[in-house]
Amino acid sequence: MNFPVLSVITFTPIVAALLLLLMPANRKNETRAIALAAAAFALILSLWMYFSYDQSAAGYQFIEKYSWLPALGISLHFGVDGISAPLVLLTGVVMFTGVLISWGDDHPHVMAGIQDRPREFFAFLFILATGVFGVFVSLDLFMLIFFYEIAVFPMYLLIVIWGWNVTREYAAMKLTLYLLIGSVVSLAGALVMYMAQYRNTGVLTFDMLAMEGAGFSQAFQIAWFLPVFFGFAVLGGIWPFHNWSPDGHVAAPTAVSMFHAGVLMKLGAFAALRVGIMLLPEGAKHWSWLIMLFAGIAVVYGAYIAFVQMDFKYMVGFSSVSHMGLVMLGFSTLNREGLLGSGVQMFSHGTMTALFFAVVGMIYDRAHTRQIPELGGMSKVMPFATVGFIIGGLVSMGMPLFSGFIAEFPIFMGVWRVQWLVAVVCSISIVITAAYIMRNIRQVFFGDMPGKLQGHITDITLLDKLAITTLCVFMVVIGLYPKFMVPMVQTGVDYVLRLLGGS
Amino acid sequence: MFSSTMLASILPEILILVLGMLVLIVEPFWKEEKRRNVGWLTAGGLVASMIVSLLMGQPGEPVSTLGGMIRFDWLGFFFKMMFMFAGAMSALLMMDHEKVGARGEAYLLLLASLIGMNLMAVSTDLVMLFLAIETASIPLYVLSGFLLGDDRSTEAGFKYLLFGVLTTTIMLYGLSLVFGFSGTTNIADLAEMFNVGTVSPIAAFAILALILVGIGFKVAFVPFHFWSPDVYEGAPTPVTGFLSTASKAAGYAVLVRLFFVAFPDPSLSSAWTMTLAILAAVTMTVGNLLAIQQTNIKRLLAYSSIAHTGYTLIGVVAFTQLGAASVVFYLAAYILTNLLAFGVAMAFSRITGLEDIREYAGMSRRSPWLGLMMLTAFLSLTGMPPFGGFVAKVVVFAAGVQAGYTWLVIIGVINSVVGAYYYLNALKYVYLHRMPGEDEENHPIPLTRPYAIALVALTVGVILIGTLFAPWFNWSDAGALNLF
Repeated sequence: MNFPVLSVITFTPIVAALLLLLMPANRKNETRAIALAAAAFALILSLWMYFSYDQSAAGYQFIEKYSWLPALGISLHFGVDGISAPLVLLTGVVMFTGVLISWGDDHPHVMAGIQDRPREFFAFLFILATGVFGVFVSLDLFMLIFFYEIAVFPMYLLIVIWGWNVTREYAAMKLTLYLLIGSVVSLAGALVMYMAQYRNTGVLTFDMLAMEGAGFSQAFQIAWFLPVFFGFAVLGGIWPFHNWSPDGHVAAPTAVSMFHAGVLMKLGAFAALRVGIMLLPEGAKHWSWLIMLFAGIAVVYGAYIAFVQMDFKYMVGFSSVSHMGLVMLGFSTLNREGLLGSGVQMFSHGTMTALFFAVVGMIYDRAHTRQIPELGGMSKVMPFATVGFIIGGLVSMGMPLFSGFIAEFPIFMGVWRVQWLVAVVCSISIVITAAYIMRNIRQVFFGDMPGKLQGHITDITLLDKLAITTLCVFMVVIGLYPKFMVPMVQTGVDYVLRLLGGS
Repeated sequence: MFSSTMLASILPEILILVLGMLVLIVEPFWKEEKRRNVGWLTAGGLVASMIVSLLMGQPGEPVSTLGGMIRFDWLGFFFKMMFMFAGAMSALLMMDHEKVGARGEAYLLLLASLIGMNLMAVSTDLVMLFLAIETASIPLYVLSGFLLGDDRSTEAGFKYLLFGVLTTTIMLYGLSLVFGFSGTTNIADLAEMFNVGTVSPIAAFAILALILVGIGFKVAFVPFHFWSPDVYEGAPTPVTGFLSTASKAAGYAVLVRLFFVAFPDPSLSSAWTMTLAILAAVTMTVGNLLAIQQTNIKRLLAYSSIAHTGYTLIGVVAFTQLGAASVVFYLAAYILTNLLAFGVAMAFSRITGLEDIREYAGMSRRSPWLGLMMLTAFLSLTGMPPFGGFVAKVVVFAAGVQAGYTWLVIIGVINSVVGAYYYLNALKYVYLHRMPGEDEENHPIPLTRPYAIALVALTVGVILIGTLFAPWFNWSDAGALNLF
């Protein structure tokens, strides 16, 4: 028996959460230290897992299977493939940087990070993290949904307690209800699939590897693909169900926004791929035009709405809708290039948007405003954050030498092969993205600092810098050395293509 | 003939009876201020009875005992264990209730009701069944109106009594028709009668409807739910907790056994499953929609428990082994969860005297642990993992889908989102809002020992059933197997 690395990664956060709850409430720094140690541990393990994944063997690896409820065919079945391994790593990275960012600075002008009840904050955040890890590694449909729901409900508390006090109650409830509607619709779809495969094969099992060969009829796949796919895709921020996401991002505290846009939206996209496309491939082929339409709208519309935002955080929130639209667009092509690009884009966007939210949070904590016209000259006081944001911006625009290019270029190639017109229309978003990123870099970081901000703004802390560095490293490494990720995602994509009938 | 099987089949009831006598004897010897110790005796005695029953009274192959009056099987046994556990927890929660805790007769009534419920779970004869229902109900009428001088409690007791008497009379009428048409009171024989067509389908359907009225009152499905919010609000909270869990589960025990065993004939079952399916859809929708506007936590939980009746009915409607297993499993999770919710409400109102959900502001700062327990209870009610409510919902829905009631399951999942709205709203007060002075540290909510024990046991139970659900489900499944 090998070291059960996946279950250790998955359950580290929740064990840490229980430990944190046992801490006395006033030992805030010790609480943070435990949180950081747990996050670092999870990150190191996920890095180890990522590098020891055997790309030549491909397929699902680090498999663990424990029978959980044999009567209903539920098992704790973990394993990662070329698509989910990068996402596990991404979760480790975002969790680690999120804790760093939340450590904060109790300088009177700043009050950054989490000062109120950090114990509960980290506990809820870590419960969420367990849910996220669990979804990425689960090969059992029941467990996937189990972890998926665990990843949803702490969001409500995290936003409502530590969020931006203007919109948090509204945004938290809106987000939770949207996500719950999505997840219960998927749950109903999953149960229908479960029972249909029982009728077909006579075996009650939630094992997704077994369900892939369940032989669902074409009519069944076409009928149930939409609820399953879109139920999960709500969390992926697909248009027209994206409305919760910018509101949620804005209302959430910085670390939660990072987690949310960086990882949780991938959760939706990943589950939509894993359950929707991989288990119901005929349905996916039948409906791919619809996904392409919705995703295309999300890409262009999201970029345009981001362009007109005056609130810095809303801008980042809508840019996430646009970039997640690209992920869905890649899915909709159902071909090698598109899926490969989507796989990389999930990682690339995760690190990029986490970085964006981190920098926005740092600025807001110091300037106490997020209105873009009221900001300026930040590069003088926080040069490090400025460099980080520019790197993130270049990734966002899809510049060569950064991970965004490696991800977006194949997506557009894949779309071109299916429908060139969509590729042309969607490429408008690149221009719009470049426009709003450039404009914001100029307005927020350069130029003159408004008078009322002068003297109040301090530089970011060492831990903040460490977080920014960590995130940037991945974006640059993938850009300069695509072999770091592309071949691995390729192996996962090959598997998906086999399910789709070897196109 | 008297045999060891016969003894084993009613061992829990005998033990409870002995315990009741012990309570009766011991109580007068305790001084007024120490009399709450009867609660320790009751709870401890019930737990001991559970252990003894588990060791010596486990059923083997299902057999009929006591002249065909009761059936000795896993289904009944598992239900009995649930009732007794709920009884033990309710006794603990009663102990520090200002007006109930030091009254020995309250514990005695609880035990008497438990005997009735235990028999409800195993009766296979209509006469026995009716006696069991009455034995379970009458002590609860008294307990609901236990607070003399409190108008709301008196109203609750009286309302519960009137509704109860009315509906059980209607049910009794149905039972008498059964006897009139078929000449038997044994439910296994009844199935035979319906099967060969001795009783015309129309008469059978009328009988079914009349019996449903009585059961509908017990489990509180629409349109027989009107009593429950008022009674839940007015009755002493520990009694409410017991009423909303054990009593409801006992109703389900009867529903499952009676309908699955006596009316399985396809000509009948297609009619009653469809009726129940519609009732289930209406019940959960009505319960959830009315719960949204509630501000009193007991009324909120009352409507929420009506909604949960609706979810549980899906398992009955499925009319399969998985369906029956899912009902039992759902009830186990629900009993733990709802008792925990009422326990938290009790612990809170014992210190503050308040029941308005808005007064829960700042509770998580006043007592972080109580806040987490409320979180556990409410998220489990919402149907969130890793708590019992999630697995229970999935199993019930799976049973519904298997039986072809996908439309009902879709109504169910949408309802659970509606439920999420008001549960989360309540948690918002606990976690986000603050007390007017923002000095929560000065207003702690200390827990007395009985509360602490009961609440911790229930919290652990809710998490256990939501994570290590295999043994619980296997027991439920073993019970369900006895019906087919």
